[in-house]
This record gives sequence, C-alpha cells and structure tokens, in this order.
Amino acid sequence: MDKLKRIGSILAISACFMSSPLLAAGGGPALASADIDPDNVNSLQRGAANFMNYCSGCHSAQYVRYKTIGKDLDLSEEMLVDNLMFNAEKTFETIQASMPSKDAARWYGKAPPDLSLMARAKGVDYVYNFLKGFYVAADSPTGVDNLVLQGTSMPHVLWELQGYQAADFSRHENADGSVTTAFEGFEQITPGKLDSEDYDEFVRDTVNFLAYMAEPVRGFRVDLGKWVIMYLIFFLIIARMLKKQIWKDVK
Amino acid sequence: MARIEAEVGKPKGGFMKWIDDRFPFTETMKYHATEYYASKNFNIWYVFGVLAFVVLFIQLFTGIFLTMNYKPSAAEAFASVEYIMRDVEWGWLIRYMHSTGASFFFIVVYLHMFRAMLYGSYKKPRELIWIIGMLIFLVLMAEAFAGYLLPWGQMSYWGAQVIISLFGAIPWVGDALVEIIRGDYSISDITLNRFFALHVIALPLALIGLIFVHIVALHEVGSNNPDGIEIKENKGADGVPLDGVAFHPYHTSKDLVAIIVFLMIFCSVVFFAPDMGGYFLEHANFEPANLTATPEHIAPVWYFTPFYAILRAVPDKLWGFILFGLSVILPLFLPWLDRSRVKSIRYRGPLYKTALTIFVITFFTLGWLGTQPAEPIYVHAAQFFAVLYFAFFLLMPYYSSIDKTKPVPERVVYHG
Repeated sequence: MDKLKRIGSILAISACFMSSPLLAAGGGPALASADIDPDNVNSLQRGAANFMNYCSGCHSAQYVRYKTIGKDLDLSEEMLVDNLMFNAEKTFETIQASMPSKDAARWYGKAPPDLSLMARAKGVDYVYNFLKGFYVAADSPTGVDNLVLQGTSMPHVLWELQGYQAADFSRHENADGSVTTAFEGFEQITPGKLDSEDYDEFVRDTVNFLAYMAEPVRGFRVDLGKWVIMYLIFFLIIARMLKKQIWKDVK
Repeated sequence: MARIEAEVGKPKGGFMKWIDDRFPFTETMKYHATEYYASKNFNIWYVFGVLAFVVLFIQLFTGIFLTMNYKPSAAEAFASVEYIMRDVEWGWLIRYMHSTGASFFFIVVYLHMFRAMLYGSYKKPRELIWIIGMLIFLVLMAEAFAGYLLPWGQMSYWGAQVIISLFGAIPWVGDALVEIIRGDYSISDITLNRFFALHVIALPLALIGLIFVHIVALHEVGSNNPDGIEIKENKGADGVPLDGVAFHPYHTSKDLVAIIVFLMIFCSVVFFAPDMGGYFLEHANFEPANLTATPEHIAPVWYFTPFYAILRAVPDKLWGFILFGLSVILPLFLPWLDRSRVKSIRYRGPLYKTALTIFVITFFTLGWLGTQPAEPIYVHAAQFFAVLYFAFFLLMPYYSSIDKTKPVPERVVYHG
C-alpha cells in the first residue's frame, strides 16, 4: 500500500507541476471540427445503427438503455428489437458489449472503454478526428496507429468502409540537433466501400450519436430552459411592479 | 407605509397571541424583519448576501434529493451519478442545479466579500461579522472540496490527491495528517465515505450554524451602506433611523427582483450550459476515477484557482503550502489592516482605489493562471501576481492611513 500511495502522489504531483512537457508530447495536430447537428434525428438514427453495427461488438454503453434511445430517436419497439438490439432481450436493458471485457483486456492489453460518456469526456471533435485518424503503421501489432491517440491498441475497425491511409510526416532538424516531426496529411492507399465524403458523413453521424448518448436529456433540457426563462421574465415584471409600489413613498 | 405600520402594531388575540405567549414569534419577526431598519440607499452590491442564502437553499434542497439516489462507495459512486442523470425522474435537473449551485455559491460569496471591501463593511463595529463571514468562507471551501470528490470522476480523484497531499508538506505531522484525512494510504473507498459524511452532515451543520451567528451579529450592529455612515446616529422622534427602511417589506421586495434576475442567470447555465465550457463541470470528470492514469492536466475547479496559482508559484513545497494558507486567511485581518478613517470607497483617496483595482485584476489573473498548465511563463506570472496579492494586504496599514480621504456627509446619499 505504501508503494501505491507513493506512486499516486508522484503521478499526481508530476502531472500538476510538469504537465507542460506531458502535454507537449501528447498534443497532436489541431482537431478539425466535428460539426454535428444534435437536433437532426435522421443523423442520430443512422449514428445509432452505425454504433450498434460497428462499435457495440467491443464497446459497451453501460448507462444507456435501448428504451431511452427509442423514445428520443423516434424508434418503435419493433424497430429497436429488429435493428439495434443484437445481444439484448428487453428494451430497458443497457448496451453491453458482445465481447467479454476480460478477454478483451487479455487480447488488446486494455479493455475497450465504455462509450456512454466518451463524447463528453474527450469532446466530439476528439472522437471525430480519432475515427478519421487511423493510418498504416508497420511496427504496430494492429497494423495501424492513430494520429489523435498515438499507440492506441484499437484496430482500424472501419477499414472496410474507409480503406487504409498513410500519414505523411515531415522531419525537421532543429538547431540543437533534436528532431521534430510534423504531420503533413493523409494519403489513401487502398480504397474502402465509401468515398471520403460518405465516410466523413458516416463518422459524423456516429459522433452525433455518441454525443447524444453522453447526455440523452440535452434536447429536452434546452427546450425546457426556454420556458423557464420566459416564466422568470414574466415573474420579473410583476416583482418590479410590486417593488415600485412598495417603495413609492420612500424619499 | 402608514398602512403597513398599522398592520404590524395591531393588538392581537386568538391564535397569534396563543403562539406569542409560548414563543416570541411576533417579537422575532419584528426584530429581524419588519422593524429591522437598513439603509434605503442599498445598491446592487447589497443583494449578494440574500443571493448566498438563495444558493444555500438550492444546495440543501437539491442535496437532499441527490443523497436519496447517490451511493457513497468507490465501486458505485460514478455509476450512481449517471443513474441520477439518466434514470431518476428529473435527476438531471437536480444534479445540474447542485453542480451549478456550487460554482454560483462562490461567485455570489466572492462578490459579497468584495462588497465589504468596497464599502468598508468589515470596519468597526462589524469586525466580528467579517470574521464569522471568513469562517463561513473557509467551511464553504471545505464543503466544496469534499463534495467534489463524490462523483468519483478522474478530476475528483486526482484533484483530491493533489490537494490532500499538500498537507504532507507540514513538518513532522504532515504524513500522519494526510493519513487521517484520507483514512487510508491512498484515496479510496474509505476516503469517499468520510468525505460524504463531511459533505452532507458535518460541514453543512457548521455552515448553517455560522450563517445563523453571522446574521445575529449583523442585526445586532445593523447593516452598513454604500456611504459607510451609521444610520443609527440619525434617528427620528419614533426612534427609527431616518435613512432606514424596514427589511420587510422594503428590502424583501427589492431583493425579490434581484433573486429573479439571479435565477435567470442561474437557470441559463443549468439549462443551456451546465458544463460552462469545462469550468463548472470539468471534462475529465466524465471519466470514472482511474488510479493508474492521471488526467492530462490536473486543475482544481475555478473557485480555488487563485489560491492554487499562489501555491504553484512557490518552488518549495512547504512554503508553497504556507503561502497558500496565508492567502486564504489574510482577508480575515482586514479590520485591523485597514487604517483608513472612512469606510466607503466613495470617500477614500486615490491610493486605496488604485490598490483595490490592482487587487481585483490580480485576483482574476491568478484565477486564470491557476487553470493553466505549470509552464515557466505562467509560473513567473503567478509569482509576480502573488507578490501583488500579498502586498495589497500587508502594505494596507501604510497606504490606507496616509491616503487622502474626502469628508463624509451626515446623511446617506439617496436619489429615490
């Protein structure tokens, strides 16, 4: 325990006091905007299908119930059961990965993370760029690396759709002899089923759905908020009149 | 006005008399509301005390409902918060109100404290109100800190890890103290349990007790005003201060307007931006606590960052901790650091006005620096502003006493 404690404090303090070099090492290229439309139900429905077909084999979304998705995305119970629920019986169940996480941890070194809150924890732009950031890397066990998360143990699950791309890096030798590499761009090596525009749309829908899962109540929250503010404006007018009436004799 | 007084003075019988014979209800209402006179020239700075009360109520009310569904265990805490957010009816609203309320508590309290600095509210005879207020502020910081661990996210865990480990810098007793706070050799289920107890029982009790005493002390000496004049020194024939109006219904009706405006701002955050761009709910806290991986960048929640910037500005761990503690405690001594003959900024000279302006800029800048990674440029900037922060307090006896003050009028300035 003593050791654990020491490691903990060292990690914490080093992250705090020296986070600049850590950040510099982890900071990739600037993230392109995911540009999602959370009010577009069609996009969310497509995203739900994408998620269940391509993600849910390995990733759970353990806080999200099928029933909630059905209600928010205008999907009937039959549509849910027929199209989205591959390993669940009842609509009140949450999304569980098909792959047991114990095995996954053994196979990949790290169990695939739960995706319920991923879009909120990392930001939609991060997820969008991650899904578009896989490139061929010969020295990686999965054959690919990711521009956003270097050394990821996730294989390029969407290779069939996107095809494979290579990343161009330019090497720049600094005056002090150190070498910095800069990302120049991607180059398509093998084509996928989707052209780059369709793949972009596919990823955007999926990210939109991930953002929805991170906070299913968002739409309702914003709608309700407008009514709350309108009520308060009305209440404010009355309170102003009351105050004026009571204070009218104060000189 | 006449009609209202007639109501209050009416001879009573029946139920109210029955109560008053057994409990000083009418007397208490008179003393604290209908015959508590406060200056009629209160401006916007005088609403934040009431607003702090409103936020306290929001926190207590939502806190009770959160407790009904929250599980204070390392294994279940994170999931139970998501359960509240998704499966509990209106749980998301209760939770967002509570998380937004935490930040607004500090916004309101900082403004409330700044009001005291603007108008010299801490000066004689209100020193004790100020000291009790500072104790409230300290308890509030502890309350917020304990509460922040409860969602058991990455930032909850590592933020607590960093702050608690600070106590280890204290010579001899440091390590033992850290173990007592954590109840374990690292932050664990046990820590979460005791922080839960502190957050929902011990600290709120202390908070409510102190707030009660704060108000009793205030009503004993009476409220200050933007002119810093004692309204009790100018009383009419009826013994009522000439510049005072009764707290109820005058100030209550005015405060109601302020409360609604406040609720509009509060609700805008709750409904339209509960994260506040990662300042009110930090992004990393949407990942469950992970003992083996730190978040990329650990920063305390915004309301602690001015003091945190001072802590980081000092290269030595022990001295950093001492100056951090000092920066929090120093305002407590304002009643004795401030040697000015006048209370209000309206009649103070250029020295205090300049010092206060620099202090405000310093506080905001330190707050911003505390959210940034500890790169040398930020640390150097924090060192510079930390010196300014301490200079404001420590040089105050000098600059406040030589400052050229203006004559204070007999009666408060009121334009109707």
